[in-house]
Amino acid sequence: MKTAAEVTNVLICGTGGQGILLASEVLSGAARASGMDIKKSEVHGMAQRGGSVTSHVRFGSRVFSPLIEEGTADVVLGMEQMEGLRWLHYMRVDGTLLIPDIRINPVTVNIGAARYPDVEAGLASRNAPYRVIPALAIARELGNTRVVNLVMLGAASTLMPMIGEQSWMTAIERRVPAKALGVNMEAFERGKACL
Amino acid sequence: MDRAKRIPESGVEFLSGNEAVARGAWEYGVHFASAYPGTPSTEILEAIGESYPEIGSQWAPNEKVALETVAGASFGGARALTAMKHVGLNVAADPLFTLSYIGATGGVVIVSADDPGMHSSQNEQDNRNIARAAKVPMLEPADSNEAKLMVGEALEISERFDAPVMLRLTTRISHSKSLVELGPRRAVEVKGYERNIQKRVPIPAHARKLHSRVEKRMLELEEYGDGSPFNRIEKGDPSLGIVTSGISYQYVKEVLPSASVLKLGMTNPLPWKLIERFIESVEKLVVVEEGDPYLQEQIRARFLIPVEGKERIPIEGELEPGIVRRGLGEGDPAQTPFVRAEVPARPPALCPGCPHRGAFYALSKIKASSTGDIGCYTLGLMPPHEALETVICMGGAVTVLNGLEKAVGREATGKLVAAIGDSTFIHSGITGLIDMVYNGGTGTVMIMDNGITAMTGGQQHPATGFDLRGEPAPRVDFEQLCRACGVKHVRTVDPHDLQEMEKALREELSREEPSVIITRRPCIMIGKPSGRAVARLDPEKCVSCRACMRVGCPAISFVDEKPEISGLLCYPDCNLCVQVCPTGALSKDMEGAR
Ligand SMILES: Cc1ncc(C[n+]2csc(CCOP(=O)(O)OP(=O)(O)O)c2C)c(N)n1
Repeated sequence: MKTAAEVTNVLICGTGGQGILLASEVLSGAARASGMDIKKSEVHGMAQRGGSVTSHVRFGSRVFSPLIEEGTADVVLGMEQMEGLRWLHYMRVDGTLLIPDIRINPVTVNIGAARYPDVEAGLASRNAPYRVIPALAIARELGNTRVVNLVMLGAASTLMPMIGEQSWMTAIERRVPAKALGVNMEAFERGKACL
Repeated sequence: MDRAKRIPESGVEFLSGNEAVARGAWEYGVHFASAYPGTPSTEILEAIGESYPEIGSQWAPNEKVALETVAGASFGGARALTAMKHVGLNVAADPLFTLSYIGATGGVVIVSADDPGMHSSQNEQDNRNIARAAKVPMLEPADSNEAKLMVGEALEISERFDAPVMLRLTTRISHSKSLVELGPRRAVEVKGYERNIQKRVPIPAHARKLHSRVEKRMLELEEYGDGSPFNRIEKGDPSLGIVTSGISYQYVKEVLPSASVLKLGMTNPLPWKLIERFIESVEKLVVVEEGDPYLQEQIRARFLIPVEGKERIPIEGELEPGIVRRGLGEGDPAQTPFVRAEVPARPPALCPGCPHRGAFYALSKIKASSTGDIGCYTLGLMPPHEALETVICMGGAVTVLNGLEKAVGREATGKLVAAIGDSTFIHSGITGLIDMVYNGGTGTVMIMDNGITAMTGGQQHPATGFDLRGEPAPRVDFEQLCRACGVKHVRTVDPHDLQEMEKALREELSREEPSVIITRRPCIMIGKPSGRAVARLDPEKCVSCRACMRVGCPAISFVDEKPEISGLLCYPDCNLCVQVCPTGALSKDMEGAR
């Protein structure tokens, strides 16, 4: 594992409307609360209309590029299965891919112009280290399907020991609306317990 | 407005480039800001409106209006800022080129946010060329903190050299976040208006003098640039010298931390003495820049020396660290540990419940189509509707239809409507409509009024009834406006009433007179759904005819020869699929729906 002197790269990916911006805000906030330099990139505009969405988060002692270079992500955090596979080539050889128990058909699949791929077979054939997190199942148990992003982030947090416990809590408190704080905290903890 | 209280006076905040520009406007005493939205620039005015009430801020109907208003504020001695996407500067080019002659009394900052990679644009133009053509000074930040500082620098230069100043951002600067050091707002006085006809009325006799002044100003600015703290040499290994600016600087530092670097923050005019010094200090020169060979060609022409650049770094698309690494011959080209997977594309689509879907469904059903324009409704081009056939620029739907009619007559206007959004119609559709009526056109204009500027994330405009801060404002009445332009046949329909929609299209398309159909239904971003209704399928009644699939709704997929409706995606106040199902297999309990 890395020390804070190096740069950690986390690529969050999914589809428009899945709470990717919130997840990357919480992650950036947590890295910042741990005293690191941070940069992050995100997508606005056209792609948000149900398209494929990514957010690049980089933190360490000094960060230059706001974009992660392909093949160098420590963590690829997918909020949707096929999107995890789509962005796998960003991952470094000893990185980890996390995907949820969620599949969202793109329009191309809905109208029969394409087939939803067998994601796990694709990952296995590439020898990619990955874990499936039952984020939707957990979110349903918690009675709020909108907290999938925090379950996933909780799982990912176990791969980032350079960010302290308290930093995560501070970041979640700052970013999540007060009335949803409890369920989001719980989602994060449940995610953590998955790995 | 209570967010204003939450952004502190001092300390360090994690801000996007756009938020940092807004912050800079506040700290450096900007009094007035006006803009028309456009990705990636939109959040600048949004942030000013939300967080900095000391700055008078407003949405303009288009970029030309915004810049002219800003010019007027400057004439009155106020510090003023406008922001636009790259193509917005084309619309504002007319005032820009002459304001360059007239100059600035209160400082003028023109933010141009370019979109290399076309994340959300129709072209990839490099507006550094416009700064050069218009002879205005230009600054290019490399991160959010610099974006903030450069607003201050731009205002200083503007007032000192009597010129509007361009602050050129790119998507990656606008939409990436980094740490910004905050400061308090400086008190800057509005100087007041003093008449000066020689300066502000560029009749040829005046303009000739003004032009001389511009040429002199640019020479003075070259010298100023040589000493500017934003242009700096970072000494390193002298065997390779890299000239770079903006976001490209970050990629260079990432990939080759040991190289000698000339980082240019002021890129028009170029600081020639500093560049000369840098050239002399290194053995080989490479320019790393996104977009056109703007720096490369100027340096080559000036010194008549070999300068590499676009031979290594592509003109097309957005740069990223890997592209720069390969261009500089560093490391393994394009070898990633995990091979890229080919998975189905996920193109953007009209949202479930989108009002535009009804209009495009009806168009394709009657085998008609449209000349199109820019907005969410451009997605009418996608399958299954494929009912939008041309796009040039904002406002182009109406004018292109007029031109088509001149070429092929009713063959065009009997089959094609001009599809244009409400914000776009205000931006630049009105003049096309006037042209159609004036020159005897017989087209049908379909104003797709969803009550908001949706594509860019939901901004108010003059026909929504609200202003930038969400306060009530006078509202343009489209029906009256179109009648006043001379259109006799103006009708308004709910695009989700498919029968009415189809009827309106059939009647107006066959009418050999100009007409307007206003399709009015609020965007799902602004309308609150009245319940949680989800469409249901009765599999007994379903005959697998796929009529529902022609609605093109993301919530419906076809599984085992039957439609499957996603409860997560189905929008409560929409029943398009129910309307088109011929056997009544689809139903929705719209109880309580508006
Ligand atoms: C000259 C110019 N300015 C701004 C933009 C950015 N832009 C693209 S579409 C759009 C407005 C769309 O609003 P509207 O016409 O109401 O359609 P909607 O997206 O709501 O369907 C804007 C501002 C642009 N493409 N060109």
